Amino acid sequence: MPAPLPVPGDRFPSPGWVNDSLRSVGYLADEGIASVVFLADKLSKPVLVEGPAGTGKTQLAKSVAEMSGARLIRLQCYEGLDESKALYEWNYKKQLLRIQAEQVTQQGETWEQLEEDIFSEPFLLARPLLEAIRATEPVVLLIDEVDRVEVETEALLLEVLSDYQVSVPEMGTVKATQIPLVFLTSNNTRELSEALKRRCLFLHLGYPSLEREREIVLAKVPGIHQDLADQVVRVVKLVRSLELKKPPSVSETLDWARALVLLGAQRLDTDRVQGTLHVLLKYSSDIERAAQEVAAASS
Amino acid sequence: MSALPPATRPQGAHQLAEGLFATFSDFVEELRAAGVPVSTTEVLDATAALRQIPLEDRQALKMGLAATLVKQYSHWPAFETLFDLYFSLRAEAMATSASPGEGPGAADGEELSASQLAELAYRALMEGDPQLMAALARAAVSRFAGMEPGRSVGGTYYVFKTLRQLGTDPMLARLVASAGERGGLEGRLQEQEYRRHLEQLRSEVQAEVRRRLLAERGPQALARSLRRPLPEDMDFMHLSKEELAALQRSVQPLARKLAVHLARKRRRRRGGRLDFRATMRRSLSSGGVPAEPRFKAPHRSKPELWVLADVSGSVAAFARFTLQLVYALSSQFSRTRTWVFIDGIDEVTDMLKQAGDVGEAVQQIGSRADVVWAEGHSDYGHALVDFLGRWASELRPRATVLVLGDARNNYHAAHPWAIAELAHRARQVWWLNPEPRSYWDTGDSVLAQYGAHCTGVVECRNLRQLRHFIESLP
Repeated sequence: MPAPLPVPGDRFPSPGWVNDSLRSVGYLADEGIASVVFLADKLSKPVLVEGPAGTGKTQLAKSVAEMSGARLIRLQCYEGLDESKALYEWNYKKQLLRIQAEQVTQQGETWEQLEEDIFSEPFLLARPLLEAIRATEPVVLLIDEVDRVEVETEALLLEVLSDYQVSVPEMGTVKATQIPLVFLTSNNTRELSEALKRRCLFLHLGYPSLEREREIVLAKVPGIHQDLADQVVRVVKLVRSLELKKPPSVSETLDWARALVLLGAQRLDTDRVQGTLHVLLKYSSDIERAAQEVAAASS
Repeated sequence: MSALPPATRPQGAHQLAEGLFATFSDFVEELRAAGVPVSTTEVLDATAALRQIPLEDRQALKMGLAATLVKQYSHWPAFETLFDLYFSLRAEAMATSASPGEGPGAADGEELSASQLAELAYRALMEGDPQLMAALARAAVSRFAGMEPGRSVGGTYYVFKTLRQLGTDPMLARLVASAGERGGLEGRLQEQEYRRHLEQLRSEVQAEVRRRLLAERGPQALARSLRRPLPEDMDFMHLSKEELAALQRSVQPLARKLAVHLARKRRRRRGGRLDFRATMRRSLSSGGVPAEPRFKAPHRSKPELWVLADVSGSVAAFARFTLQLVYALSSQFSRTRTWVFIDGIDEVTDMLKQAGDVGEAVQQIGSRADVVWAEGHSDYGHALVDFLGRWASELRPRATVLVLGDARNNYHAAHPWAIAELAHRARQVWWLNPEPRSYWDTGDSVLAQYGAHCTGVVECRNLRQLRHFIESLP
């Protein structure tokens, strides 16, 4: 059964509703996140989600798609991403075949007919941006790690995101039948252009508060005891306050908590923490520093 | 209000309460005055957001305004301070004054003795109960802050005085010591908890002080007293340790931007391998005849960067920043080489590569780099000539050289020909000076002599100028 197309600006009744729905699909948002998602729909604007790796930026887009029953279309950005990978491309192999078939069968089509034929829908390869714009069912477009593309490609994104239309010279302009919810994520390895930022709502996803992270651990790690979860997030907070090459992200907190549960830990002590820090941290210099820090009080 | 275009008003305001709209306009004006770039489109977006958000939900309001107006995370503290002044604290102050009788704060502050307050503070630090903290902050500010009306202050001193009289620092020391005795992980975590509670108490006290100042002076005047330069406007020469650490996050993207700018030039030239796929695709418009060959973009050649940084005492704070930048650069460019100098010069490329992090790198350079030749006062002339003799033969014509320093030569011989020689051998030589332009060539500064041979001399006192320099690179 095709779902009714959502009217832009009418997907979500209130920020609170967004918060609850996100929770129901397993994403523990906070009020801030929920109100930005709510506004993104109301104002029909893309959301630029920025923050350190592993704080749930990509997951947010996935969860919004899941909770609103929309299809997720994902454009993974990388250095060298270009129009033919982001927008559309003609399927030239198929076009060649078509031309050759014409020569073999000698059907006597005029050139105009042939041309019209090979530059039509069946020969078009829609890449994520065009796909999202042409979609007739509800979609969420995720443009992942947008800080990896060059400035030129960013301009291309900007064009699409400001008009929600794509012009294909051979076919004409494709207009969006709906304005999709768009999420762009960035790890801030490069500064994005002012123009792009102006177009978007800005959401910074940092490390969660102690309480929220505890909640996340309790929800995502089956069988963990409340006390252990509490200790885990407090140790993680302590570790994050150090100057590290790579502070532990939420996903690493979860990995660590899972590992501790598997090891049958009931409570944490200095030795246990030092013995398992390598799950939480990825650099040996970081591990050393953190190991010193958790032992500092006892010395 | 004058900061808003006239068109905003009829469009956005008709559904908003007049009072809210006025507050919002003042708020935006203040945000701009603080240096946060807010465009007209963004103001319109924010007005649209105001109409959609349930206004009684403070958090949603805050995030809604932040999402539409503040597009850079480093501007968040400035936004938050102003939001509190214009929306949170003021609303609370109104609510308090509307309640019958005296404000609750004034009353219970008189009743409690200093020792009772100290006892409450101790409990607050132990337990971290937010309600207790709020009540304590009200009482303590009444009793200890000694706020004098009519002074145009931001209240930092009042906060300091209140906490001092409450005796929170010795209290924390005692708590930490007792946690330390307990030892082990739990003790360590407990210590962290106490520190967090003290921080909470401090911000409660600060909020209370601001609330009172706000009632007396209004948001605009208070905002002016509280205004701090944004991170990108902080002067490199006067950075505190904390500010330096805060800048560090912004340095990495800048280093990458510099890498991109230096690399881009070469990418424009053609000369990659034949791109068969693109050629075939293109050939369809000529009936399958590959009339127009397409080429792959050539490999990005790695830009070569040589950095010479003054690390003498006169630019100590700048030098620390410089080393951060250089450290970030060396992770971006594999072909960065770095030298530090005072009156002698030493290459520190390997030290930077081997160091685990910036702090370690700075320490290593401080203790191991051989930069003192005679007396340890800047001598650009000697350092440059020495540099030329030892390394210039390795300089390749496509390298970019950055010299970072104030060109204060302590009246030694300048030897500007050394820079001329460098400029002759390298693609470009840029001089970045952390001093204000008006100080250049005064006293013992010999910048003009060097500058004459450089591709350009740039004032580089803060991040904004550094970013501008990088963006303007040809």
